[in-house]
Amino acid sequence: MRRDNGGRYDVSNHKYVLEMNNMSKEFPGVQALDDVTLKVRPGTVHALMGENGAGKSTLMKCLFGLYQPDSGEILINGKKVEIQNAKEALDHGISMIHQELHSNLHRNVMENIWLGRFPLKKIGPLTFIDERKMYQDTKELLDNLQMDIDPREIVGRMSVSRIQSVEIARAVSYDSKVIIMDEPSSSLTENEVDRLFEIIRDLKSRGVAIIYISHKIEEILQIADEVTILRDGKKVGVWPASELTTDLIISRMVGRELTDRFPPRVSKPTDEVILRVEGLTSPIFRSFKDITFDLHHGEILGIGGLVGAQRTELIEALFGLRSISSGKIYYKGQEVKIDSPLKAKKLGMALLTEERRATGIFPVLDVLENTSIANLQKYVKVNKLLDDKARRAEGNQAVEMLSIKTPSLKTLIQDLSGGNQQKVLFARWLLTEPEILLLDEPTRGIDVGAKYEIYSIMSDLAKQGKSIIFISSEMPELIGMADRIMVMCEGRLSGFVSGEEATQENIMRLATKFMA
Amino acid sequence: MSLIDSRKIKNFITMNAIYIVLILLIIGIAFVDPRFLSIVCLRDILIQSSTRVIIALGIFFIILTGGVDLSAGRQVGLAAVITASLLQSPDYLRRFYPDLPQLPLILPILIAIAVCLLAGLTNGFIVARFGVPPFIATLGMQVIVYGANSIYFDLPPNNSQPIGGLSKNLTELGTGTIGTGLYSIPYIVIIAILAAVVVWIIANKTQFGKNVYAIGGNVEAARVSGINIGKNIMIIYAFAGAMFGLAGVLEAARTGGATNNYGMSYELDAIAACVVGGVSATGGVGKVPGVLAGVLIFSVINYGLTFINVNPYWQMIIKGLIIVAAVAFDIRKYRRKK
Repeated sequence: MRRDNGGRYDVSNHKYVLEMNNMSKEFPGVQALDDVTLKVRPGTVHALMGENGAGKSTLMKCLFGLYQPDSGEILINGKKVEIQNAKEALDHGISMIHQELHSNLHRNVMENIWLGRFPLKKIGPLTFIDERKMYQDTKELLDNLQMDIDPREIVGRMSVSRIQSVEIARAVSYDSKVIIMDEPSSSLTENEVDRLFEIIRDLKSRGVAIIYISHKIEEILQIADEVTILRDGKKVGVWPASELTTDLIISRMVGRELTDRFPPRVSKPTDEVILRVEGLTSPIFRSFKDITFDLHHGEILGIGGLVGAQRTELIEALFGLRSISSGKIYYKGQEVKIDSPLKAKKLGMALLTEERRATGIFPVLDVLENTSIANLQKYVKVNKLLDDKARRAEGNQAVEMLSIKTPSLKTLIQDLSGGNQQKVLFARWLLTEPEILLLDEPTRGIDVGAKYEIYSIMSDLAKQGKSIIFISSEMPELIGMADRIMVMCEGRLSGFVSGEEATQENIMRLATKFMA
Repeated sequence: MSLIDSRKIKNFITMNAIYIVLILLIIGIAFVDPRFLSIVCLRDILIQSSTRVIIALGIFFIILTGGVDLSAGRQVGLAAVITASLLQSPDYLRRFYPDLPQLPLILPILIAIAVCLLAGLTNGFIVARFGVPPFIATLGMQVIVYGANSIYFDLPPNNSQPIGGLSKNLTELGTGTIGTGLYSIPYIVIIAILAAVVVWIIANKTQFGKNVYAIGGNVEAARVSGINIGKNIMIIYAFAGAMFGLAGVLEAARTGGATNNYGMSYELDAIAACVVGGVSATGGVGKVPGVLAGVLIFSVINYGLTFINVNPYWQMIIKGLIIVAAVAFDIRKYRRKK
């Protein structure tokens, strides 16, 4: 059942479609929001920016009814509303596209869109779902948005980008006047981002306001009309996007001038080859094939490429998480077979996975357990018990060394910010004293300040003679950090660029080399 | 200030809910009949809890990994039958093995424990190697173990007769005490306490224990951290099997006999005790003292409510409510605070 709002949201009478005034919200020990005001005009893209922990998510959760603010008021078209839960938010014309998509992957597109409000028909005394009407409504909706999607397609078989389109279509189907998009581009390829922007511009022209949350400043400058910046739960200010630059945004987000986005290059790779990979090929047809490269002692080797270039698959194979059908790996000149992470760890390798939440942290365990889990062997005493004193001491040392912000070692890791979680994972692997670190998108979903700290850790490690392979989809990061960049395209190696010669253009050329 | 205080109190109640419920329960029963607060009653409750504690501690690690073992009760029954069949008095008339010489006490006990350990190891192997969900794998094992136990129990000359006439040294293990009179402590209680101490040390002080929490907390992250998941899962289920075996031995010793129906659905009590004791069914969260309190709560309900003449059918309803309420409450504890 689609709601008919005919004329209820009369845009012309109100300057703002949404006003959140003087919002405050306190959690035990944290003032998550402190007197924050956000005003959004209809038919505009309003970017909400700030480091992790700045209060963006909390503010949006208050708007969407997931949190109740301690004080403050929400006005929609000038009318004060109370939003107790997500359903009430939807009824008020507010919807949210979450960072992690919330679709039911086993069901088809139209069931996902109309879930909870299926069109019904009566046959005698019984009520059934009106499949035909649902199909037609969906078709109409998707056509209207110029989305080339079959309403009967199973969502789980679609790409992330198309699933996101379905969620946007769903938001539109609620006649939403405000759509919140939380990091919508985080798992999209460049082309898909362009497509997303087209959809956003189309929504704008229909008078829909978009609240756009993203860490990617270039994107914000491209798509946003206005930018509100938060820091430490407070509002820093709101500016028209046209008056902002990357540097201005960063300095306002972190509250200080950021002269450099990357630490100075200090790594001095030697000629000594620590890891040699020869003709590495996956048994999966569409995955990586015939990959050959050397990693030098003390080198930071970046791996560039577009989503789908099979970079993650490659380094997971190096770490023994995936099998290979042919090819050889030489570690310090010796041929090795790495068939389990345990073996890789024993050789002196470490892996920080791309999906921090899914394959990195143990959310319900505390910081100490998360830090020491890969290195417990070291603390086993003669009597087979663990040396807890040493474990705690090294835990504390790691927290200090990486300046991890945590109340104590006993704090559950799920209560830390993304950047600090990532630093805990660094600590976990540094305690194993690895020679080679494999880092898969190490700064993904991390705010600017913490990113710089991660870069510093990487560059310190290289200085100490550790070798690093890191995958990144952010080209400035590859160019700023890597001594050498290896670019992959559709599972194949398409070339190397040295850090000094690298430009976005030549990386992109290699990244698309084998594309039809 | 009062806000902080009330939050602290609330937090304290949340974190210690299980113990508070246990104490309130005891106070409530004692209020109806003060004789409940006696050494005799306390000892009876501890004796009733002993084998349950051992079974619950076995299943504890499995639930920590997010798994379950439905074959626990049948393994207890198998161990009881094996022990009883091998440890009958030489002068008993209907012996399982009429010509078996008197075996040293430890030998049949070790055989029974080893058989269950093997059943557990098989569970672990099937779960780890073939990725069969623990619910299914152990459901199969439950039926298989019962079948095997019944075949053994039906062997001539026993032909499915209850096995009795257990040798003195075995029954002494189940019913004997250290000291005499009012303050004597049953062996069986001491064994359960020792088991709890050992499991607590394994859980908190060893690499294996940390690995169990890690596997339950996030199995993929554990794999990436270089933990051998398969090996640990097999050890966990095998260890559980050994604990069920020990519990079976003590059941035979305590009751002075065994049939193939011993142990039926004991796993449900053990699972209930764990979840009521705060062991999260989704894995990664749980403590040994919680499990002990969980077992005690059910023993107190059983014994105490019978003591004050509450209809046993009402007792079941109360038990069921406590199980569901405990988990609902527990999920609130770990759900992100609103």
